[in-house]
This record gives sequence, structure tokens and C-alpha cells, in this order.
Amino acid sequence: MLRADAVRQVVEALPDDHLLVACNGMIGREVFTARDRESTFYMIGSMGLALSIGLGVAQCRPDRQVVVLDGDGNVLMGAGVLATAAALAPENLHHVVLDNEAHGSTGDQRTVSDVVPLEAMAKAAGYVSAERVDAEDLAKVMPAFLAKKGPALLLAKVDKGNQHGIARVTHTPPEITARFSRAIAG
Amino acid sequence: MPQSQRFLAALEANGYDWFGGVPCSLLRGVIRRFDNEPRWGYVSAVREDSAVGLAAGAAMAGRQPVVFMQNSGLGVCVNALVSLNAIYEIPSLLVISWRGEGGKDAPEHIVMGDIMKPMLDLMNVPSRVLSADTLEDDVAWTAATIRETRLPAALIVPKGILDAAS
Repeated sequence: MLRADAVRQVVEALPDDHLLVACNGMIGREVFTARDRESTFYMIGSMGLALSIGLGVAQCRPDRQVVVLDGDGNVLMGAGVLATAAALAPENLHHVVLDNEAHGSTGDQRTVSDVVPLEAMAKAAGYVSAERVDAEDLAKVMPAFLAKKGPALLLAKVDKGNQHGIARVTHTPPEITARFSRAIAG
Repeated sequence: MPQSQRFLAALEANGYDWFGGVPCSLLRGVIRRFDNEPRWGYVSAVREDSAVGLAAGAAMAGRQPVVFMQNSGLGVCVNALVSLNAIYEIPSLLVISWRGEGGKDAPEHIVMGDIMKPMLDLMNVPSRVLSADTLEDDVAWTAATIRETRLPAALIVPKGILDAAS
């Protein structure tokens, strides 16, 4: 399954009140194309920090559900943050990783997630749960995953390659900040 | 009142209510207080840029964050500060120790001690060197600056102000 199709399954499964932090690169653009919501923070730069940002929100607002949508390159770049998430242990943090074993936004150069299982890293760090599912099953398993106690990780392997016609996020970064802050405030 | 307690009281009086970072021996007094007093909710981050990311999340959740780091960590934070805080207009107070001040320190601190201030200037992060004589004014200046710019500001902490263990 192409990553854009997996992204669509994930964002379509999100209840309206769930906050989403989407990592930089094609994933954020695919989220924007599939379903633009005020409650999505599109991180267009600062690679590796999506989990940190989501964790900061989840920690400050335990009454809100926070989902981080990451890629394997982002998880590996910010791998130490898996430990911080496990240590702070916010029950309201759900981490979805779409793993194509490549830096898909820069030309599909390989990462190392073909030999290093990221769900095992999260589990070893101390996530309450970390599981791998087939991308074809994402839509089906998302509700049960989101009902789990966090920090929880769900990883699906996806194919390399980008779908044509994926737009850049048209909101300016300050607009994204303002929208997301409003959505958090409720 | 011990200086670290005075500093935290000043931060609190100016509305700062989220604390995280990576320690430095020059910030030892404050970090020890965080470790001993869980009410501050200090987050021990794995890297300085991760602390900046956590603080960005906290800021968007309505908090007024403070990130503590050694100046070596400023190098780690460059991309977070310019491709997250600067373009998204997300504020944060950076409390950065000044290792290598005046070229007198261990070799690994000399270059960063020299270029830290120009680096902050280059990134358009307004900064002030913290002084024990003007500590409350310095902290109030950061809060006023951040209210005005909605961007990060920095306090540079020289040796001898916040490193006491008390």
C-alpha cells in the first residue's frame, strides 16, 4: 500500500476531537490532502520533533487525546524521545508510524528500519504497547488502538514511492499555530 | 534566599509555568531544586532540541515554557529554533549557561563560548546576560520581550549565579 493511502486510513479514523501532530515531509502533505482539520499541527520543518511536540501537548492537556503521525526517518532521528514519552507515560498519547524504510520526501534513500524494528524500540523504551499491523488493516484496527492506554505505538509497513498530486500545506506556519492552539483550547 | 530559589520565584512571578531541558553544571542549583521539588514538573529531556519541541507543544497548549540548557545545546537546537519556533511564531524562554566565557574553560567549550551570542543574534533571538544584581529585572525583561514578539528569548547564565548547590 502506498503511504498516502495509509495516511488517509489513519486520518479518516480519527474522531473529531482528537488532536493530530503530523511529521514533516510527504506525510504532513498527505494528511493535508486527505483531510485538513484545525486540530492538526503540520510540522513542516524541524525533522525528528513531531513526537516531542505531541508529547508536550499531551503532557499539558491530559484531558485531550493526542495522536502523532510519524515516519521511520522521523522516529529514528528523534529516537531518544521514545524514552521521554515512555518516562512521562501520558495515557492520552498515541503514536502511529508509517514505515517505508526510506526517506520518502528526498528520493527514497534507505533508512535502517528494514533491520531495526521501531516497534521493538518503543516497547523496549517502555511504551505501554507497541504493535505492528498490516497497512491493509489500519482502518479496521485504529478505533481499538486509540482506545488503548498510552503511550501506545502502532506501526504499519508501507510501500516506497509518492502518490502524484499531493499538495503542499497552504496554511502559513503562524496560521497553523493559531488554529492548533485554538483547537487545543477547545 | 538562595539564588536558584530567587530565580525560580522570579520565573513564576512572570507567569512561566512549564520547565524542561538538559542540565549544565552552571545551572546545577536550579536543576537540583527541580529534582527535589516535583511540583515544578520539570521534564528531563534527552536532547536540547527535543526540549524545545516539548516546550513548543506546551506553548500551543497555553503554557509559558522555559527550556534550560548548556550553551553546547544551543548548537543542537539551531534547526528547531529556526524551522519551528521562528516560522511558526512559537515563544519560549531559553536559559542558556555560558561555558567558555572569556576563553577560560575546558577546550570543548571555548568556541561555543565565543560564538553563542552572535549565534543568538543571527537567529534573531533577543538575549540578555543574567546578573545577580538585576535578576528580577532580567527575568521580567524576558517576559515582556516574549509578550511583544511571540518568539523565543534567551537569558545567558554566567558562572557563579545558579551553580551553587543550595
